[in-house]
Amino acid sequence: MAFEPVREMKKLNYEELRIYSDAELKNYTEEELKSFKCKYEIPKLDELEKGPWPSFVSDAKQEALRRRKLSDDQILTHRDAVEDLLGQLELSFDEGETHWKHGGIVGVFGYGGGVIGRYSDLAEKYPSIAMFHTIRVNQPASKFYSTDFLKTICDMWEYRGSGLMNLHGSTGDLVLLGTTTEQLEPIFYELGHVLDTDIGGSGSNLRTPACCIGKARCEYACYDTQALCYELTNYYQDELHRPAFPYKFKFKFDGCPNGCVASIARSDMSFIGTWRDDIRIDQDAVKAYIAGDIVPNAGAHKGRDWGKFDIQKEVIDLCPSKCMSLEGDQLVIDNSECVRCMHCINTMPKALKPGVDTGISILLGAKAPILDGAQMATLMIPFMKAEAPYDNIKEFVEKVWEFWMEEGKNRERLGELMQRVTLPKFIETIGLPPAPQMVKAPRSNPYIFWKEEDVKGGWNRDINDYRSRHKR
Amino acid sequence: MALSKERLGRYNPEKPQENRLTDLGPRHFWEFFPPVIQENYGKWLYHDILEPGILAHVSETGAKVYTVRCGAARFMTVQHVREICEIADKYCKGYVRFTTRNNIEFLVDSIEGLEALKKDLESRKFAGGSFKFPIGGTGAGISNIVHTQGYIHCHTPATDASSMVKAVSDELFEYFKGMTLPAKLRVSMACCLNMCGAVHCSDIALLGYHRKPPIVDHEYISKLCEIPLAIAACPVGAISPDKTESGKKTVKIKSERCMFCGNCYTMCQALPLSDQEGDGVTILAGGKISNRISDPKFSKVVVPWLPNSFPRFPEVVENVKKIVEAYAKGANKYERLGDWAERIGWERFFEQCGLEFTEHLIDDYRLAYDTWRTSTQFKFTDAAWEVSKVAGGIEE
Repeated sequence: MAFEPVREMKKLNYEELRIYSDAELKNYTEEELKSFKCKYEIPKLDELEKGPWPSFVSDAKQEALRRRKLSDDQILTHRDAVEDLLGQLELSFDEGETHWKHGGIVGVFGYGGGVIGRYSDLAEKYPSIAMFHTIRVNQPASKFYSTDFLKTICDMWEYRGSGLMNLHGSTGDLVLLGTTTEQLEPIFYELGHVLDTDIGGSGSNLRTPACCIGKARCEYACYDTQALCYELTNYYQDELHRPAFPYKFKFKFDGCPNGCVASIARSDMSFIGTWRDDIRIDQDAVKAYIAGDIVPNAGAHKGRDWGKFDIQKEVIDLCPSKCMSLEGDQLVIDNSECVRCMHCINTMPKALKPGVDTGISILLGAKAPILDGAQMATLMIPFMKAEAPYDNIKEFVEKVWEFWMEEGKNRERLGELMQRVTLPKFIETIGLPPAPQMVKAPRSNPYIFWKEEDVKGGWNRDINDYRSRHKR
Repeated sequence: MALSKERLGRYNPEKPQENRLTDLGPRHFWEFFPPVIQENYGKWLYHDILEPGILAHVSETGAKVYTVRCGAARFMTVQHVREICEIADKYCKGYVRFTTRNNIEFLVDSIEGLEALKKDLESRKFAGGSFKFPIGGTGAGISNIVHTQGYIHCHTPATDASSMVKAVSDELFEYFKGMTLPAKLRVSMACCLNMCGAVHCSDIALLGYHRKPPIVDHEYISKLCEIPLAIAACPVGAISPDKTESGKKTVKIKSERCMFCGNCYTMCQALPLSDQEGDGVTILAGGKISNRISDPKFSKVVVPWLPNSFPRFPEVVENVKKIVEAYAKGANKYERLGDWAERIGWERFFEQCGLEFTEHLIDDYRLAYDTWRTSTQFKFTDAAWEVSKVAGGIEE
């Protein structure tokens, strides 16, 4: 099977797009790199070159040296940007405070997000990073790349920016760190015209959606996470680029309840793959696990001797709903009692697979602690089919947005609005019937906000009538 | 159409709308899949972790794809990305992938290709001596530590991110390279509680935190901010309107109410919080995202504050190691850190990790009551005997 983009995309061939020749890319020797000294004394950062984990300082020095040696016509912004950044970082360590100014409204024409203004508060001391704006480039779904794309973006970014980036930012974007205001529009034009791509979200808009690896390389994926992520990202381009929301809004797409992109903890609308039929069982493979012929848990525990695999202890007894048993050498699952936690499937992936009648659960309202404390997403829709063109999902998204945009206060995340208006009121507004699946337990207090229409006779009563039966 | 070398490229400031392309969206994922991924999309049968960092996925077509997962600093230069591309061009048909946790994944479709790729990756080191592409981060071990910008590029941090992550990753390296833990252990780092990194559901979370209320820039606040917005930004009502001696509009802070969340500074740049003595690191533990066995859960604060000891944060590293080692020793197979702590009881968790329990760790914010013990089921640890002694319940 193949998926088609929503529009034809430019083919990318680095050889036709590049700025630097091979010779220009290798403009320093190993010896020069070894003896490189930053123009500032940076003893604390130098210390971070030691140890086995990849050192961001060593990496930064590579680019610092390269920029020193690029000729004037090979670079448009400050060649000292990396060294000035290291200098300011060292000073921040000495002083225990950041030296980036608060805010700075910059952007590209017609968009309200995707660019974050950043200014040093030590512009005289570190002039090359006086302006050091961030551009968020919308990453391709699940972050596969061709090297043609990456090498082209590297050339463009070294020529027009600092050459420093994040792969990736927390929300998922490919982040370009540090350029001048003048270069924002030219970079946006290069991204659009040459790389045929777009920037991501920031501010009070739809943030760049992100998904897990899904069916591209995972046997657990219950829907096409990339396809849904790509479709909703494109369908909601206006919401992504032009802030019209009370605050940020995040979509994340997990293919199964293992939750590799953490949608349940960090997205206002979390799409998690699930199934509603039976777990598929290969009884021969179950026997092979029991016999020790297959390494359990796909080998995840190989580093330690945990003894012989014990299906009773390691799978059946750990099942949260206790819906499994062994009858003879047959593994039996009472699927109606299964809560789809994935443990048995993760532990015996060659024997067990999710069902084939798959879809998504939708949960709402996760967020980090600012302001009223962190929230986990709350289960709203237990099961929904997730198939192109995803009209059912879009309809639900828009119902939720309509309510949030109507009722949400400035900087109120969806989860906070749900708490403020209460869950019963929220589900009523978006048109969902109440279900015990939405709560961990029913309420333990009896303070039910009965509505007048719920109670026979209404609330208008005559005190004289009451007194005719009860003396004062 | 090659990249432009003109100073303003294809942009004409005289006519900003001319040739403007907008709302293109991201590039389509399918073109970035290597052939083996395109051909086997949705057909994967199972996978095996051959050794730490090496995954083998097997398709119903019989095809196999081998993935080499490498750690990386998410802060990267174009030079490093070009080196990643050089490797991907040489071994992986020009494709590469990054994971949600900022690992690099190189995919090959033959075992011969895998061996050559591994050897090459392991041989590459930065001039300073660290590995460029350490292989690991799979199974029951520690994967890459996700983190935020810190002093490198943020205006609100209470600590730095890249340096702390480097220091902790160096110390936990054996767990990245091995699969010796009872279950996966996810470490995350955020430099203030805006938590761009959403670390609040991690097995171990490192969180930068301020401890001094904002300083008011009285002379400038009315020019820099919408004062009512700054007042409304405070979740505990600690900010109220005031006037300077010269009659300028400003605000005053009820310091004893401040919980140092920094939301006022986000809304108003005239209310900075950062401070060398005040700022530091909080450690949280026991959260998880996965629905496996138990529900996803929040991390809990287990160390209220540690100093920002740049650049290597020895106090943070020491406390993280204490927690990881106690967990490695005490937890059952498949048990995540939070599940272990709940099984043995948090009182035992503090004892086994050698962490001090202080009053800061008892919740006094909203819904605090949910965390109080309303049962006689508890375990005796030294902390319990201390209470008994103070209360006069037992002899010294």
